[in-house]
Amino acid sequence: MSDWSIETRDLVKRHGATLAVDRVSLGIRRGEFFSILGPSGAGKTSLLRMLAGFERPDSGEILIEARAMANVPPNRRPVNMVFQSYALFPHLTVFENVAFGLEMRQVPKREIGARVQDALSMVKLSGVHDRLPTRLSGGEQQRVALARALVNRPAVVLLDEPLAALDQQLRQEMRTELKAIQEQVGITFVCVTHHQEEALTMSDRVAVMNDGRVLQVGRPQDIYETPSCLFVARFIGVSNELTGAVVALEQEEALIDVPVLGDPRQTVRVPNRGDLRAGSRLILLVRPERLHLSSDGHITGDDNQLRARIEKAFYSGSETRYVLRLSQEVFWKAHVPNAGADQKRFSPGDMLFVRWKPSEGVVLPT
Amino acid sequence: MNSVTSVPSLEGRASDGGAGGYPAWLLGPGLAWTTLFFFLPLALVLVISFAARGTYGGVVWRFGLMNYLDLLHPLYFRIFGQSMLFAGLTTAVCLVLGFPLAYYMARTSPKWQGIWLLLVMIPFWTNFLVRTYAWMFILRAEGLLNTLLMQAGVVETPVEILYSNTAVIIGLVYGYLPFMVLPLFVAVERLDPRLIDAAWDLYASPWSVFRRVILPLTKPGVIAGCILVLIPTLGAFITPDLLGGARTMMIGNLIQHEYLVVRDWPLGSAISFVLMLVVVGAMAAFFRAERRLRQNEVRP
Amino acid sequence: MIRRRAWLRRASVGSLVFLYLPVAVLIAFSFNASRLSASWQGFTLKWYGVLVGDRALLGATWNSLFIALVSTAIATGLGLGVALGIERLPLRRQQVVEGAILLPLVIPEVMMGVALMLLFVMVKWPLGLWTIILGHATFNIPVVVVIIRARLRKLDQRLEEAAYDLGATVWQALQRVTLPLLRPAILGAALMAFTISFDDFIVTFFTAGPGSTTLPLKVYSMIKSGVSPEINALSAILVLLSMGLIALALGMQREAATRN
Repeated sequence: MSDWSIETRDLVKRHGATLAVDRVSLGIRRGEFFSILGPSGAGKTSLLRMLAGFERPDSGEILIEARAMANVPPNRRPVNMVFQSYALFPHLTVFENVAFGLEMRQVPKREIGARVQDALSMVKLSGVHDRLPTRLSGGEQQRVALARALVNRPAVVLLDEPLAALDQQLRQEMRTELKAIQEQVGITFVCVTHHQEEALTMSDRVAVMNDGRVLQVGRPQDIYETPSCLFVARFIGVSNELTGAVVALEQEEALIDVPVLGDPRQTVRVPNRGDLRAGSRLILLVRPERLHLSSDGHITGDDNQLRARIEKAFYSGSETRYVLRLSQEVFWKAHVPNAGADQKRFSPGDMLFVRWKPSEGVVLPT
Repeated sequence: MNSVTSVPSLEGRASDGGAGGYPAWLLGPGLAWTTLFFFLPLALVLVISFAARGTYGGVVWRFGLMNYLDLLHPLYFRIFGQSMLFAGLTTAVCLVLGFPLAYYMARTSPKWQGIWLLLVMIPFWTNFLVRTYAWMFILRAEGLLNTLLMQAGVVETPVEILYSNTAVIIGLVYGYLPFMVLPLFVAVERLDPRLIDAAWDLYASPWSVFRRVILPLTKPGVIAGCILVLIPTLGAFITPDLLGGARTMMIGNLIQHEYLVVRDWPLGSAISFVLMLVVVGAMAAFFRAERRLRQNEVRP
Repeated sequence: MIRRRAWLRRASVGSLVFLYLPVAVLIAFSFNASRLSASWQGFTLKWYGVLVGDRALLGATWNSLFIALVSTAIATGLGLGVALGIERLPLRRQQVVEGAILLPLVIPEVMMGVALMLLFVMVKWPLGLWTIILGHATFNIPVVVVIIRARLRKLDQRLEEAAYDLGATVWQALQRVTLPLLRPAILGAALMAFTISFDDFIVTFFTAGPGSTTLPLKVYSMIKSGVSPEINALSAILVLLSMGLIALALGMQREAATRN
């Protein structure tokens, strides 16, 4: 048997004139927590619904546990879904909701009781068996929805924006818990979300989608550290951008010149993986937390350094967020951890130097 | 009278009392009118139902339970029984025909939904006599159906369908099907399609999806539709009068018969009153069932 | 889901055919040349000609129009008052009043007919056009109330509040803000009441007297005396009339939709 829990090949789905899913080929490994991340309208829900069997692809193939799913209806697929806002049956109690799938497969009564019990304790719910879903809090409903899927021991659990209906605090808690439960049961989770932080914290791997296409698949750190395109870079976290042209090539680095404050011919070092050519224009990306601010211009090693002026400063507890002006049009953001009382703080109007290691930069073609 | 308009009222959303609005006395004239020409006559029926019949019709003001005791006669039982049977059967057939239609309408694209709704509504606006007459034209011995059947060689002599209980049921279903479809449509439209997906995802067969999820969740609509069909058919007059046979008599015809033919107003009043009790009883059962459902209803 | 659509669609189309075929057939055969046969004997308009020459029918039509117009006017006025006034009541009393007003909708029509007849006979009011009008207005009040209230609930209450805020009195707010916004609903309600009155048979049957024969009563007596192509022709006209009214009502709804 292959390692793939789910494989899609050139999946295409049209909704009217728009391409909801555009030639998507994915491999999802057995037992991994896989997230499909993208803005609304990216086609991720369509993709998920095709995996569940609610929508039929216009072309392409879906294999689940190495079985082609072309003519398999949802009630015969080895997958279960945790629906957006849960879709708990309002006329059935918590127990009956969770037992539903087992009953449909004619699992013996005695076994149903035990398995429902197990599933509910796995999601840390007790004493609510006889309640109707409407009488539960949002978090509890979420757990019931999860138990209702897990109790069937499917090959894959599909989650459609599982945390979107929860409030901020609960969402944070459920992230870690969802991941913990997934690790405990070892079932493949495929999760659709538009929330990038959620996707990064929960997932083993993430696929970033936009306009029906998968732009990048990789571990959270790959996606964050080395985005494959500008869309991914901008969608995941905050990124500072600077456009420039290559002036010199070195072994592993290149020098580019960038138009910055007061000095139109500044150069900075960027990593070179051998695909840069002299004179080509590119975009440099640096994450805000990789920037160091300093009031003196003393450079250590090969660090890049640019002059900047503080435009705004926001104190947010664990860190201070600055908006820096590098030139007339270029504004960057810097996130500086608040280390202690003796730390140097900057105020709007301050002139300073912003520094980062060349290896922290990412270059993309313009 | 055509009670199309009671469909929206079944949603029963009470607005907040005292919020904004206009002087309450504005409702005075309407309320007075309804009291004078609706509640007063009803009270009159109630009073007369306890009075005695004059020798040549009319009313003698001598009160007692005699009219209600008269109703215990097996003949009246048969007619009440037949009416309820017809009404029940009509409701069941309307439900079976109406559910797929309502479901399809509720799940089709919005553009088509409007067209289908219109198509279902139009019969409301078409004269009931005309619609009943259409079946007379089709079903009578030398009518269209028999002509076609004989031309096709299916039968040799005309089948007598008109003036039978079958014809009455056909006519009633025809007349009241839209009353079933509209509340069902509203109920199905409200049903979150993800619940059906969820059931399907949890291995339910199409039949299980219907029985375990769709039906319980559209119950308010089913109940409303059944009531909207049951109540007017219980008091039906035109359909059994025109399509029914010599032995077909429903409560509505009985009342008319007692008033206008026998001219026994007190007995006619007693029958009317019993009919009203049956109807109000059915309504009360409906509201109780609906309230119970409403308490369990989910608000996403 | 994809497969289930197919049979659902077929069943739905089947139900529609069931709803429309009989009336369509009826109309088609109003052009049939044969008086007796249900098989097609050629096209003719003569049954319509017969109708046009029927003076009694013309009289019945005028009666129906008169009754429908007057009873609609009464029901619309009174119903509008109820719809506006009822909102002010405390919730409990509001429910009681609403129940009382809407009760005529659920009471068997035969019963309403005989009850009105009893009343008129008891107070020695001769049965005729006016007794019919009183009856029709009575069952049309709840129709009007339901339609106008449905619209009132959808109205943004802040519009009214804005009117008060800008110094309008209750009457000015009613006249300048609420009534114009309710206009489509009022017209729709009136149209509905008119149609119901024009088509009503049962209440009319019990409250009519000599000389107040309406169109439905006439149709009924024609049907009772036997199936004939004239009735087909008359039915066709009535159906077309209803369609015209629907078109009018829809046009008004569209106007209302574009306003908001």
